[in-house]
Amino acid sequence: MQQIFNFVIRNKTFLLFSLLFSIALALTIQSHSYHRSKFINSANGLTGGVYGTMNSVDQYFNLKIKNDILAEENKRLREQLLNTNIATDSSFIDSTYSKGKYRITIADVYKNSYSLTNNYLTLNKGKNDSIKRDFGVMTSNGIIGIIDNTSKNYSTTLSILNSKSRINAKIKSTNHIGSLTWNGESPIYVQLEDVSQFAPVKVGDTIETGGESSIFPKGIGIGTITSFESDISGDTYTIQVKLFNDMTNIGAVYIVENLNRNEIRSLENNTNE
Amino acid sequence: MNNVTGLNIARFILLLLAQVVICNHIDFFGYINPYIYIIFIFLFPIKEERLMLLLVSFLLGMFVDLFSDSGGVHAAAAVSLAYARPVLLKSSFGMLYEHQSIKFTTTDIGSLITYITLGTVIHHLILFSLEIFNISNILLILKKTLFSSIFTILLSLLLIILFSRNRK
Repeated sequence: MQQIFNFVIRNKTFLLFSLLFSIALALTIQSHSYHRSKFINSANGLTGGVYGTMNSVDQYFNLKIKNDILAEENKRLREQLLNTNIATDSSFIDSTYSKGKYRITIADVYKNSYSLTNNYLTLNKGKNDSIKRDFGVMTSNGIIGIIDNTSKNYSTTLSILNSKSRINAKIKSTNHIGSLTWNGESPIYVQLEDVSQFAPVKVGDTIETGGESSIFPKGIGIGTITSFESDISGDTYTIQVKLFNDMTNIGAVYIVENLNRNEIRSLENNTNE
Repeated sequence: MNNVTGLNIARFILLLLAQVVICNHIDFFGYINPYIYIIFIFLFPIKEERLMLLLVSFLLGMFVDLFSDSGGVHAAAAVSLAYARPVLLKSSFGMLYEHQSIKFTTTDIGSLITYITLGTVIHHLILFSLEIFNISNILLILKKTLFSSIFTILLSLLLIILFSRNRK
C-alpha cells in the first residue's frame, strides 16, 4: 500500500497530465461523432452572452452589405409575387404559403467559423423559440446547415462546411441525387458525391436540395457545378460545387421546420422494421 | 504573492477574450489564425506548482474549446504544452532555469525566441492533428501548423515585449 502511495506521489505530474489529456482526447473523439457532447458547445449562456455583445458591435460594420442583400431578396420576392406562374414555381416560399408545410424563424448569427475542419455556427434562437435538433438553416441564397444542439436561448448549427455534414442534394435539371460533403479545404466549394454515372452533368448547372431528407424543403439552391470527375470505381461522379452563399459573411438566417417531419420519420421507421 | 495571482487571473481572462473575440475570426488567407492564449502558459510563474499549471492550462483550453465548438482539441494541446514546459525552459534558458531565476521581462531575446518557437510548434502540431484527425491529411496538418505558428510566434513575441517594457 505504502508503495502505491509513493508511486502516485512521485508521478503525480505525469498522472494528472495523463488524466487531463485523456479527458480532452475523449471529448475530441466524441466531437467527431455526428451528434456531439452536450457539454462542450457554444450554445450556453456564457458563450452566448459574449458572442451576443460582440455581435451587437460587429453588426454595424456590415449594415451596408446586409441592406444590399435584403434589397436583393425583396426584389426577388416582389418579382415572384407579381409573376403569374407562381403555381409552377417550386421554390420554398410558395410551398410555405400554399400548403403550410414549413415554419420559418428568423435568427441572427452570433458566431460563424469557416477555417476549421468542423465548423459550427451559433444562433440566437433556442428552445424558447421552439427550435429543436435537425431543423434546417438557410439564407435567401441557399442552405447553411442543420441545427445541432440547443439551449434555452441559443443553438449551434452544423455548417455545411463540416466534414460530418451530409446533406441530400440533386442536380436541378434532373432528379439524380447525391450527398453533399466538404473536404475541409476551401470555404467556397463543397463536394457532391455519389452522383450516378448516368446523370448528365454539365459545368454551370445548378445544384439544389433534393426532397429526400425531411429537413430541407425541395429545391433550395446550393450552388453551381464548377468541375466534376469520375470516382476510382468509375460508377459515380464527384462534383465540385461553388456555393451561392458566401459562407464567410452570414448575418441573418432562416430556420426552417418541416411540420410534417415527425409523420415522415415515424412512417419511415415503421417501414424499416 | 497576491499581486502575482491577480496578474495571472487578469491575464487568463484577457487572453481568453482576445482569443475568442478577435483572434478566432482573423482567418488570414482563409484559414490562418493566431492562438495567442498560449502566452498565458508561457508566462506562468515558474515557482508555482506544476500541477497547478496543468489544471489551469486545461481550464484555459477547455474555455477556448467551448467558444469555438471544437470538442477538446485546445484543452489537449494546452495540457501537452504545459507538461512539456519544463523541458522547453531547460533547453532554451539552460542554467537560468536550474537556478529558478528566470524573469521573462528581462531575459535576453534569443532564448525567449527559442522558447516561444518550440512551444508554439508543439502546441500547434497537436492542435491541428487532433482537429483534422485524419492521417491522410498530413500535408494539410503541416501546412496549417507552419503558417499559424509563424503568426502566433510573431504576435506572442510582440505582445510579451510590448507589455514587459510597460511594466518597468
